Amino acid sequence: MLENRHYVILFIFVLVGLVFLIKLFALQVTNESYKFRAERNTRTRIIEYPFRGLIFDRNQKLLVYNEPIYDLMMVPRDVYIPDTARFCKMLNISPGVFKENMKLPPGHSSARPLPFIRKISHEEYARIQDDMYNYGGFYINPRTVRKYASPILANELGYIGEISQSQLNRDSTGYYRSGDHIGLTGLERFYENELRGERGVSYKLVNVRGIQKGAYLDGTLDTLPQPGKNLITTLDKEVQEYAEWLMEGKRGSIVAIEPSTGEILTMVTAPSYDPNLMSGREFGNNFRMIAADTNKRFFNRAIQAVYPPGSIFKTVQALIALDEGVITADEKLKPRKKHLGGHAAIKPYDVPEGIRVSSNNYFYEVMEKVVQRGVEKNIFRDSRTGLAKWADAAKKYGFGSPLGLDMAGEEGGLVPDENYYDRLYKKYAWAFSTIYSLSIGQGELLVTPLQVANLGAIIANRGYYIKPHLVKGFEQNGKTEFLPFEKIATGNSTEYYPAIIEGMARAAGYTAGMAKIRGIEIAGKTGTAENGIKGETIDHSVFMAFAPRENPKIAISVYVENAGWGGGAAAVTAALVMEKYLKREIDHRGWLDREAYIKESRYLDNLKKEHP
Amino acid sequence: MRSERGTFGNLDWSVVLIWLTLVTLGWFNIYASVYDVDATNSIFDFSINSGKQLLWIATAFMLIAIILIIDFRLYESLAPLLYFLFIILLLALRFVGVEINGAKAWFQLGTLRLQPSELAKFATALLLARYVSTNAVRLSRFKNQLVALSIVMAPVALIMLQPDLGSALVFFSFILALFREGLPPFYLITGLSALVIGVLSIVLPIEIVALIASGVGILWIVLTSRRFKNIVLTLLMVSAGVGFSRGFRYAFENVLPQYQKNRILVIFYPNTIDQQGDGYNLNQSKIAIGSGGLTGKGFLEGTQTKFGFVPEQSTDFIFSTLAEEHGWVGSLVLVSLFMVLLFRIVAIAERQKLQFARIYGYCVAGIIFFHFSINLAMTMGLFPVVGIPLPFFSYGGSSLWSFTIMLFVLLKIDAHRTQVLTR
Repeated sequence: MLENRHYVILFIFVLVGLVFLIKLFALQVTNESYKFRAERNTRTRIIEYPFRGLIFDRNQKLLVYNEPIYDLMMVPRDVYIPDTARFCKMLNISPGVFKENMKLPPGHSSARPLPFIRKISHEEYARIQDDMYNYGGFYINPRTVRKYASPILANELGYIGEISQSQLNRDSTGYYRSGDHIGLTGLERFYENELRGERGVSYKLVNVRGIQKGAYLDGTLDTLPQPGKNLITTLDKEVQEYAEWLMEGKRGSIVAIEPSTGEILTMVTAPSYDPNLMSGREFGNNFRMIAADTNKRFFNRAIQAVYPPGSIFKTVQALIALDEGVITADEKLKPRKKHLGGHAAIKPYDVPEGIRVSSNNYFYEVMEKVVQRGVEKNIFRDSRTGLAKWADAAKKYGFGSPLGLDMAGEEGGLVPDENYYDRLYKKYAWAFSTIYSLSIGQGELLVTPLQVANLGAIIANRGYYIKPHLVKGFEQNGKTEFLPFEKIATGNSTEYYPAIIEGMARAAGYTAGMAKIRGIEIAGKTGTAENGIKGETIDHSVFMAFAPRENPKIAISVYVENAGWGGGAAAVTAALVMEKYLKREIDHRGWLDREAYIKESRYLDNLKKEHP
Repeated sequence: MRSERGTFGNLDWSVVLIWLTLVTLGWFNIYASVYDVDATNSIFDFSINSGKQLLWIATAFMLIAIILIIDFRLYESLAPLLYFLFIILLLALRFVGVEINGAKAWFQLGTLRLQPSELAKFATALLLARYVSTNAVRLSRFKNQLVALSIVMAPVALIMLQPDLGSALVFFSFILALFREGLPPFYLITGLSALVIGVLSIVLPIEIVALIASGVGILWIVLTSRRFKNIVLTLLMVSAGVGFSRGFRYAFENVLPQYQKNRILVIFYPNTIDQQGDGYNLNQSKIAIGSGGLTGKGFLEGTQTKFGFVPEQSTDFIFSTLAEEHGWVGSLVLVSLFMVLLFRIVAIAERQKLQFARIYGYCVAGIIFFHFSINLAMTMGLFPVVGIPLPFFSYGGSSLWSFTIMLFVLLKIDAHRTQVLTR
């Protein structure tokens, strides 16, 4: 009887065995979710950052490159420091910083590496390298940081930094992640997509402590990082260095353009800063320091400062009048009376002479002919139609709106049109007599130095320009692609340009007598932008020019703030920069040491005598 | 005469073969679970568990040789002595034992660590077999039941003091042997009912448990007899069940520490328990097992295993290594091996002429069966995680030695079963 009980026991064994096999079948064969969870356990995604593209000048000279920097990483579990004081001294950190950096963030496994000190320079790394063997649990993680070959072009090249939360939110492509670096200003920002390259992704197996244990699926899903494209800029490094040297300690800007291509050869804004300050370990501190500086070193005067154009605009007045056909180039026009003050005598002028002596009263007459043509009896209506035509024409020369430079932050200036004055006064409540100060480039007119340099290029080209730009192409894997650019015509006709150029050539010898380049004829126009700030009596010195007169290679605008008349600081600076570009060196012969005149601000000496 | 072929010729070689297979498979799986991709130690490397296990296996062979030499009659006569020796050892643990994972369950002898509770099962099995095989003992008698219970409960009490819940649980396996020898089925049914009611009490409200118990009671009355006595008895049983459920629920809620409660709750509600905390072991074990699929990832290819996600990988959770690397097919082989082993042991027990030998055989089968069931059940989430090893498979000398001794003592006695007739 009892013997049969052994079947009960065997039955229990089989029952339990079957329950296990069924449960295991459910777990292993019918349920796929554990496979995913196993992969999630052991697979980690590692981003490999590409090299950011380099930036070259127009002569293949390096402007921006990547320099290795080093993060000192620690594996907290393995840390061994026999002498903390010596360790701190080696790394040049205080015991407080040491303690802070040794802290493990909550939830961080002590077996997983974390940065102890970030962004150690190459030199510092070389110094500590020999000493590191005394300590355990540390290793070096190399990365790269932007480095500038020369301390120039800070505002033009821009800088990169960690992406902000708002930028992350705006990124619709989903490319960026928190902690990524992105171009924040200048060319670094404008050409971010070309420069950044493509990230590589690799999948690694990790163990329970997060330590890597080889490639996932033998690396078949991994992609290599694609380096960014190199930028070929239009800038001339040597000329740029020279121009920045000239502008040291001054406020103002220089923009030089190659007229035939629209390529910006030099763009200077002063005061500026050393771009190397905005890369590396001290980025945060340096940024705060520069931002707090009252000299506004992040302000790019070449494209962001707006000034009344002053006498330089007389060339535009003449061009508009000639293009509209209201005057001819050799027509002698005598001012009817003294409308405005000025040095020039009240006598008949043609276009070249009017420009040469910069006669205020002559250009009053010229603009009146454009604006008040007598097509309507009512002078208010007549002025309104005339000004509309004038403003349209002026805008064609690139004024009144941004030129579309390949850099963010460009200002447009202001060309007041009929609607502007309707708002300011009332419709038909203003006439030429209200707005005549426009004729000599004053009044509401506002232009940027870039627009003035572009005007120089227009005249040098005899009637057209190419959108000024800082980058002409990209280079990748030895292949270069150039960006296409179009000519933009400014007027209906071009046959009157020789008269303007003749006037500018004469003016360069007359109002800007010091601005000479041996063997090369300059065409230029001085200007004096009235200083709007009360209490500052000295005006801004302005000069627009191009050279050589025939077949021009460079057009330039120079603004030197609080430096007096245009023929002084601005004209001499312009001549030096153009000479540097055209001849590659400065000819020091002659009665005037032009470099000393600029560097030592001698142009102010005369002013002090004149304005005691 | 068979007896003339000696111990060696009469040995049950099929069981020896299964033993050898399990031990070898265990050794390979121990290597897989400590295998480090970067270090790539050899399986024989004595600095890792697989190398050490090889030493344990070698010494197990020596133990087998000794067992086969010793007279088979010695075990029955030495049973009381051995039993009391182990009771004293278990007591001594209180004073000189070393604590590992919160349990004072080990003696430290130099680099050697021994767990007396493993061999205490062997001693208990011998004494129980000797007592129950005594002519005057009838397991239907309450007095004899009480003595048998005391033999089992004395070591259990001492092991619970360590505390080692898993090892203590295994002593309940003796109920199988006692059942075979005439213990009324009432105990087995009551034990199973208590288990079922306990499980129901955790997952269901008390009202539903009461409803189910009443339903079963009514069904019982309808199916058996409607006599007054049967109805009253059934009603009493149902009330007792409901009362037990109430008490069990209370004890579960208020007496158990939170981590033990969580170990039980995670079986029923895997997603509600913190998978980084109390639910970690089971969750990782299930991931390892579940990701094995039908045929597994291959030897040394188990990622959860290699990369250390499952804790106690080479000891208590060794099954998850096998299930990950060899899949359901591998699990099927393992379960089948144990089934064949258990069937063989039962067959051996049944062919004994001596009652002592038969009871001892059933004790061995029960102990192996409990270890196997509880171990597998806890790795796949059918039983709370209690640390007990998988026989012959898990890393560890005490476990391998004690199971080998238990098994080969049975084989030794079995080899001489024909000599018993001549006595």
